[in-house]
Amino acid sequence: MEKKRKFHIKNISLLITVILFVLMFVFGSVKYNSFLSISTFLNLFNDNAYLMIAGIGVTFVLITGGIDISIASTIAFTGVFSAYLLERGVPSGFAILIVLSLGVLLGSAQGALIYYFRMQPFIVTLAGQFLMRGLCVVISEESIPIRNEFFKTFALEKIVIQLGESKALTGKIYLYVFIFIAVLAVAVYVLKNTRFGRAVYALGGNETSAALMGLNVARIKISVYAISSFCAALSGIVFSFYTLAGFGLQNMGLEMDAISSAVIGGTLLSGGVGTVVGTTVGAMIQGIIQTIVTYQNLNTWWTKVTIAALLCFFIVIQRIIAIRAEKLKGRA
Amino acid sequence: MKYNINKLSQKQAFWPAVIFLAILLFNLIVTQGVFFRLSIVDGHLYGSLIDIFRNGSKLMLLAAGMTMVLATGGTDISVGSVMAISGAIACSIVKAVDNVALAIVSAILAGLICGFWNGFLVAKIKIQPIVATMILLVAGRGIAQLITSGKIVTVTSDAYYFINGGYILGLPFPLFIVIFLVGLLVLFVGQTAFGLFLEAVGINPRASKFAGIKVDHMLLVIYTISGTFAAVAGLIESSGIKGADCNNAGLNIEMDAILAVAIGGTNLMGGRFSIPASVAGALIVQSITTTVLTQGVPAAYIRVLKAILIVVICLSQAPAFKEKLAAKRAAKSRKAVNG
Amino acid sequence: MSSEKRLLNAAHISKFYGKAVIALDDVQFDLKKGEIHALLGENGAGKSTLIKVLTGVEERDGGTVLLNDREVHPKSTQEAQNIGISTVYQEVNLCPNLSVAENIYIGREPRNKIGKINWKKINVNAKKLLKRFNLDINVSKNLDNYSVAVQQMVAIARACDVDAKVLILDEPTSSLSAVEVEKLFEIMRKLRESGMGIVFVTHFLDQVYEVSDRITVLRNGQYVGSYHTEELPRVELVAKMIGKDYASLNESAVAGQLEEKAGKQEELIALTGVNGPGTIQDFNLKIGKGEVLGLSGLLGSGRSETARVLFGIDHIESGSIFIKKEKVHFKHSLDAIRRGIAFCPENRKTEGIIGELSIRDNIVLALQTKRGMFHKISNKEAQELADKYIERLAIKTPDADQLIKNLSGGNQQKVILARWLATEPEFLMLDEPTRGIDIGTKAEIQKIVIQLAGEGMAVLFISSEIDEMFRCCRRMVVLRDMKQAGTLSGKEISEEAVMRIMAGGEDE
Repeated sequence: MEKKRKFHIKNISLLITVILFVLMFVFGSVKYNSFLSISTFLNLFNDNAYLMIAGIGVTFVLITGGIDISIASTIAFTGVFSAYLLERGVPSGFAILIVLSLGVLLGSAQGALIYYFRMQPFIVTLAGQFLMRGLCVVISEESIPIRNEFFKTFALEKIVIQLGESKALTGKIYLYVFIFIAVLAVAVYVLKNTRFGRAVYALGGNETSAALMGLNVARIKISVYAISSFCAALSGIVFSFYTLAGFGLQNMGLEMDAISSAVIGGTLLSGGVGTVVGTTVGAMIQGIIQTIVTYQNLNTWWTKVTIAALLCFFIVIQRIIAIRAEKLKGRA
Repeated sequence: MKYNINKLSQKQAFWPAVIFLAILLFNLIVTQGVFFRLSIVDGHLYGSLIDIFRNGSKLMLLAAGMTMVLATGGTDISVGSVMAISGAIACSIVKAVDNVALAIVSAILAGLICGFWNGFLVAKIKIQPIVATMILLVAGRGIAQLITSGKIVTVTSDAYYFINGGYILGLPFPLFIVIFLVGLLVLFVGQTAFGLFLEAVGINPRASKFAGIKVDHMLLVIYTISGTFAAVAGLIESSGIKGADCNNAGLNIEMDAILAVAIGGTNLMGGRFSIPASVAGALIVQSITTTVLTQGVPAAYIRVLKAILIVVICLSQAPAFKEKLAAKRAAKSRKAVNG
Repeated sequence: MSSEKRLLNAAHISKFYGKAVIALDDVQFDLKKGEIHALLGENGAGKSTLIKVLTGVEERDGGTVLLNDREVHPKSTQEAQNIGISTVYQEVNLCPNLSVAENIYIGREPRNKIGKINWKKINVNAKKLLKRFNLDINVSKNLDNYSVAVQQMVAIARACDVDAKVLILDEPTSSLSAVEVEKLFEIMRKLRESGMGIVFVTHFLDQVYEVSDRITVLRNGQYVGSYHTEELPRVELVAKMIGKDYASLNESAVAGQLEEKAGKQEELIALTGVNGPGTIQDFNLKIGKGEVLGLSGLLGSGRSETARVLFGIDHIESGSIFIKKEKVHFKHSLDAIRRGIAFCPENRKTEGIIGELSIRDNIVLALQTKRGMFHKISNKEAQELADKYIERLAIKTPDADQLIKNLSGGNQQKVILARWLATEPEFLMLDEPTRGIDIGTKAEIQKIVIQLAGEGMAVLFISSEIDEMFRCCRRMVVLRDMKQAGTLSGKEISEEAVMRIMAGGEDE
């Protein structure tokens, strides 16, 4: 009887997203020769781990019904600042600790402004975005290369997977992907099995009710923004493993990619519904669209347009479902 | 005379205009007049002052459109992408058939459609404005890129260059575009009941409906205007770089537009608004950028400054902040009385 | 009676908002163990404020609250819940996106040593708990899969699970069917037997008489009295709620002061078989030119809903509306306005005033929408209109530029009335137009209504103050529970007659 829980309506949206992904993968495999392979699949993670980490963080905020558009600039700032610190000989461990703390600090500050002064999340995080981008360029106008050994290790070390003789069964996973896996595992656990995680959903479902039921709204709100910025900072570190450089103008528009991943993955922008697994699949869908676009030798902007179309589709569907639900309630 | 000044200072645009003049004055003093130096070359005026008006024209247009959107408590973050689309369409047409008039009309039409699309999502499908305009934000640049096949298109057409670089009566042409369009808008808003209805909708949409205002129609109109003005701004920008750069056209300009409106005194959460005040706000933002640059401060700090400004202004407008401030003041006065 | 121990004893409770608004003035309320106690009152009586004070949502400005003889002063709902006072609100304050079981346990989920939630325990316990409430449902399904009735039951179950001693039910039956109401009452009786004290806030008199032991009535922030349900006839209850002294009524015999008009009036507005969207049912109404029709009834009887249907704000599910015998179909309020209908709504704060706009702009607004966007009313005309109505309605303001939000409630009401008068309508609907207005102006407004009727305007006068309607209405329709309960004309109109119809039921 308990196992049936897996097939709830709330999981149907995740099902849709997964089906969408599988369909795309099948389409690619059918259309292109070397598409169907382990490496294609694994490269989705190799190339997009940083996006997935950021997506996980922003999902927390979206579930509470808020929005965070400062994450892309936090990612960039983390990259630039850590590159800057490393260049000056700061040990990698310290540098990472510093930028992660800054992430938490920024997120908490934004959350506090949003909660205590009831300011619109969009405006506050937009200001945050500008602040971080500005600080990036204050530190350095040009790209700073990273030559630190620790970072280099994570950039280059990989595990080779070989399931068989043919080339299609060979692939590699870079070490930094495991950071993403760890973040995903922790996030899934927290959202499913801790009081805090459930309170995040409660807040998004109905903030008034959550307050009346005695939940600490301040703590939850500030925490989710802190988590979002923390994940952004972590994503920035992973991105700098990926590129071995820090550049102030990198990741432009990434916040929209992260939010799109979440929406395609089934997160409702009105709050209360969403899963980090869904967001990850949403990011995988973005990755696969990009892969198909590359195989097809199309202008890479086709990816953006397709994502936007998917985003639009999901948002409108969400809205129509909501309108239907309101009508039914009204009739009762 | 005294009565006139009183009435004038009541207008929302008064203080922003004063601040703008103050910034100019500051520059005048600090640069010992160099800032204001106007030179006439080939019958055209040149100088920092002229540059402020020319470069600020895009922002003035965007701020005008954004004012109305913000007045209803919404936001339009797609304006930068619409600028990119507009530039892409115009340059592609000029390059293909060398018909500047057609290019301009098409670009503006595209902006109109984009704006209408946003308005439709907000008014009829009732999607949150941020979310609705997010779609075009993500898609817009992609669409622009597709139009130009991913390349930076350059055009060689004197007629096209005129949009940004031209002069009439010695003054830059974009200034006239702004005066014409913003002037038209201000006339429309002021001389019809549109302005009144818009303010009512921003302050209390439910009561506005009871009073007979068609809220949906109002929203459709303002988003359409916002998109159209963004398209014109896109033309000005594209003409300035003599081509279409879909990556950078209008990048992050929505922030500047929102800042301009905030500086102009319009409450970002909706209600009373003033387009002239936002235009003054746009000039302030533009002149701050110019001032900071002439003083040799790296451009990067401007972003940080803008971020701080936006937070400070929004904070001062937030009712929760005002309440807490009032409570603190009340506590202080109570202490003074008792202590 | 005072020797009997009380579960909850609130005395001398007062609550102010600012200097002007007295929400509760020396109110008392007591609750016995094992009792269902109904709390009644019309608009502005103070019911919701009292509940807010008892449950920690608002802080009281004076008085004491004793729970089991210990003084309590809850500062938040969490605190109130901890000491044993739980509330279930009309808008079931749960989270629709969480499962039933989760809603019961959110914030206090049982977990193991390392903090992992024990889902099995939650689901098993929830199921057991709900069985006590005659509910056998799948507790791991999301709450929004279930009807409002079930959601309410879940909310009540949650309240009980946190060891509530006092359970406050705020308008619990508004969205329930008759069957669901019965089920709710069954549970309430069960809880009463177990010793719980239940506060039942409602406006359905039938239900009060069916399930409650005692009744407390509040009016205008003041305590009117507490009575045993079986000792208080309905009509007397209604009288107390609207502030009449029933006993002295027969003596004064206030009757309708206007004769029923001889001769036929030209019919202006007609409703036939109109059903509103989940609101009014089967309405048949005719209003003639120059007639003032009174619409009376208790809170929730369908008065404002009738007006909203006539104004195009609510769409009708079935039936027809006729203006001058011509069928009309309103899609938007502007359609009604252009047809010469005006509606001065009850809730001026949310449906009337545009706070940040001036008095002048507020007055001119509806006329402006009527004329259309492109025919702007000139400043001169606007000022003239403003001056005209400021004088006619004696609006207290230094000038017409004042922001309407700075005026007192009564003056705000006058400005909204001016707004609608300015449109020179053929049919004017007034919903509680004199609420918050001083007696002198009340009379003035009544005079204006009669004057307008004399000039040929049809007026629908909705009010809960019966005697003010007497002065202008020759006919009155009384509503009860979203249906037309009775019509009185001419000499038939009397306070007693009206209240009898309002009260309904058997009069013993």
